[in-house]
Amino acid sequence: MAFLSYLINGLGLGSVYAIIALGYTMVYGIAKMLNFAHGDVIMVGAYVTYFALSLMKLPVLVSVLLAVVVSTLLGVTIERLAYKPLRQATSLSVLITAIGVSYFLQNGAQLLWGTSTKVFPSVISNGALALGGISISYLTLITVFVCLAVMGCLTLFINKTKTGKAMRACSEDKGAAALMGINVNQIISITFAIGSGLAAIAAFLLCATYPSVYPTLGSMPGIKAFTAAVFGGIGSIPGAFLGGLMLGIIEILAKAYISTQLSDAIVFAVLIIVLLIKPTGLLGRKLSEKV
Amino acid sequence: MMKNFFSKLFDQKLRSRTISYLLVIIAFIILQLMSSTGSLSSLLKSLLVPVCCYTVAAIGLNLNVGFSGELNLGQAGFMSVGAFTGICVSGMLASMITNPVLRLIIAIIAGALIAALMGYIIGIPVLKLQGDYLAIVTLAFGQIIKSIITNMYLGFDENGLHVSFVENKVTLASGGKMLLQGPMGATGTQRIASFAIGIILILCALTIVYNLIYSKSGRAIMGCRDNRIAAESIGINVANTKMLAFIISASLAGAAGALYGLNYSTLVPNKFDFNTSILILVFVVLGGLGNMTGTIISTTVLMLLPELLRSLQDYRMLIYAIVLIVIMLVTNNAFLQAKAAKLRESLIKGKKGAKLS
Amino acid sequence: MSENNIDRSLILEVEDLGIDFGGLTAVNNLSLKVYNNEIVGLIGPNGAGKTTVFNMLTKVYQPSRGTIRLCGQDTAKMTTVEVNKAGIARTFQNIRLFQNLSVIDNVKAGMHNKITYSPADSIFRTRKYYDQEKQIEEKAHELLKIMGLDSLAEISAGSLPYGGQRRLEIARAMATDPKLLLLDEPAAGMNPQETEELMDMIRFVRDHFHIAILLIEHDMKLVMGICERITVINFGMMLASGTPEEIQSNPAVIKAYLGE
Repeated sequence: MAFLSYLINGLGLGSVYAIIALGYTMVYGIAKMLNFAHGDVIMVGAYVTYFALSLMKLPVLVSVLLAVVVSTLLGVTIERLAYKPLRQATSLSVLITAIGVSYFLQNGAQLLWGTSTKVFPSVISNGALALGGISISYLTLITVFVCLAVMGCLTLFINKTKTGKAMRACSEDKGAAALMGINVNQIISITFAIGSGLAAIAAFLLCATYPSVYPTLGSMPGIKAFTAAVFGGIGSIPGAFLGGLMLGIIEILAKAYISTQLSDAIVFAVLIIVLLIKPTGLLGRKLSEKV
Repeated sequence: MMKNFFSKLFDQKLRSRTISYLLVIIAFIILQLMSSTGSLSSLLKSLLVPVCCYTVAAIGLNLNVGFSGELNLGQAGFMSVGAFTGICVSGMLASMITNPVLRLIIAIIAGALIAALMGYIIGIPVLKLQGDYLAIVTLAFGQIIKSIITNMYLGFDENGLHVSFVENKVTLASGGKMLLQGPMGATGTQRIASFAIGIILILCALTIVYNLIYSKSGRAIMGCRDNRIAAESIGINVANTKMLAFIISASLAGAAGALYGLNYSTLVPNKFDFNTSILILVFVVLGGLGNMTGTIISTTVLMLLPELLRSLQDYRMLIYAIVLIVIMLVTNNAFLQAKAAKLRESLIKGKKGAKLS
Repeated sequence: MSENNIDRSLILEVEDLGIDFGGLTAVNNLSLKVYNNEIVGLIGPNGAGKTTVFNMLTKVYQPSRGTIRLCGQDTAKMTTVEVNKAGIARTFQNIRLFQNLSVIDNVKAGMHNKITYSPADSIFRTRKYYDQEKQIEEKAHELLKIMGLDSLAEISAGSLPYGGQRRLEIARAMATDPKLLLLDEPAAGMNPQETEELMDMIRFVRDHFHIAILLIEHDMKLVMGICERITVINFGMMLASGTPEEIQSNPAVIKAYLGE
């Protein structure tokens, strides 16, 4: 029974990772860049939600919505100012720029809001749903539900809408997509907008679970979600979902059964083993070069 | 005949090499002079050894990223291995070898060797992967190394070494010494690092990398980077070649780490986290891939920059971030580059015009 | 030299070679023999599977069926690197040079396995290092002279003109000291005069180094001009094999090239 409740907790944490990883993977799939500033967009989202909830006393949904709007604008602005001029540059240059943006956001947050940790108000009731012998907290339920909803909407969007099709075309071949009349720059902007919006949702769920808000809040979840995205096969949306969930489950199980301190090491060790067996992640496409 | 051959062998290559050696030596002389006349602030003085350490680690990483073409996000992990190896070796030898310089050199060599060994072990799985997958695995290994050292307790007494993980279960005979104490890292380290050894280490690192690059190994390393399939078609074993670059890079980071560790009385494992790996990568990319002189300059400038901006207090890291972004934009964007070139041209023209009139 | 003195031993023997990609059979039942001091052409319409054959010979692809023997030695268990060490070198249809290395360093890279000094020798700059570097320097210049590139030795390979890049690929392949040289469309993108020069170079390489050459080419003037024997493949199967004259008058070949 204990195992089952760990599994469910893992699913909850994994859902948060999955939502962040979806943002990572979409940006990678389309812009072919590792957006290391993604974690810091989460941090900004967390601050906005915090201020909306505790200072402006806005209702939860409105607060989250506000955070989504701010994060989306932030994501698109970052893309326009810092990444767009580097479309032709090497991926390493873009990576370093992303790191610069990450430093900028972290230090900007420190200046604006101070280094001290702010306590995120508890907004989701602490109650739990008793199901047979185990109890599932409402928070976990909501988190998993939100993650499933996000995944469902995203899949529909990618597969059924015109913009979604254009996105898939861009991820295959930007040059060919442009020749077909797709506005590639616009598609990249939309991708960043969606990824950043998701980051704000993840920020709320993350802070509801671990209720502290501070400038480097996004770093570790960012790295974990990046790991999750690679785990599932970077660029693949179902991969990011699966990778996020599995990472969360592995992390919670490692904490419960092996060691809390070594849980990170175990998570990364599992990642390495998976990549050795499947060098492009669980659902990633095989890389091959035509000779 | 021999002389002719030498000049032919190095011709164009000699120049960049000489420039980097001279740069290091001149910097050393100037800083030593300033130091002896007391015109060096204590803050700047305290940065001399760390700058040397990061330069060596960055030179190593440049071999990996610039010449071998593999993104490595775990260089700090190798520095960490080297640092704690160096501290432990120095701690164990403290009573046997009293000459600090000799002990420092042994510690640095030990740090380099253990880091090279780690590089080899990690390289076996890592180098099977490609591109961003390889990058994430180096990141993962960096995290694992940090995690392990954070949870490692190591003591030393007359019966030898005692290790335990997660909880401190090490019991030592009287006269024994704790070398590593989990998240607290190493404390009470004898500070034996010196700027002069740091400079010598940089010169050694430069020599190793340059000599390797202008040889069979260097051609193979760059060949595998430029075209993997072609390299295999002419009989170059890609895995072995990449491994060589990876191991040398790791061992240089290890040597740098040992020097770094012995420069402080306390060192926590968290010092060498993901951000430190990224920091070294930034030095390499801003200095220019495959450009050693550039690496030395960018490491020095970027390490001093936050200190020079100290008067701006809270804004300094923000400005640092902006500088980083602006440099990347200016050096990589064709439009901005054209603007910069135009500006330069008009400045030169302006000068010439002034002369004519 | 009289005909009898020339070494005509069997270099390459391919039997019933085949490969499938997923369910698709790209090459099937291909048999081929190349003797020493011989230039053999492998021709066929686009998509016939010519480059796939080269990729199987060099183990970039693992054949699904059949055997490849190089000087009697089965290459089934060899990797690309081992096949090269055993004596097959190649060029690529889409040029694959080490763009950022100098022209001469590309050739020197080809001599990788001829050099016996270790990384430690290069780091400590031992006598062995200097001696061997001097040797390969001379040998590399010799190869560049043959391919007409010696005056461009120090520029970067990526900045060579197209024809020069194709010739540099041949020089780099020759630097590995092969028994069999595979040329994948060596004249592609060259003008008629360059092609003429290339034909002389290929003949010279064969006569000077006494090796076998197997080449893929669409330029019929080159193929008919320098190949002693020609094998034609279509849809991955052998269509015809014989001397240039026989091939030119073979009705099946004409049909494959010109259609009904």
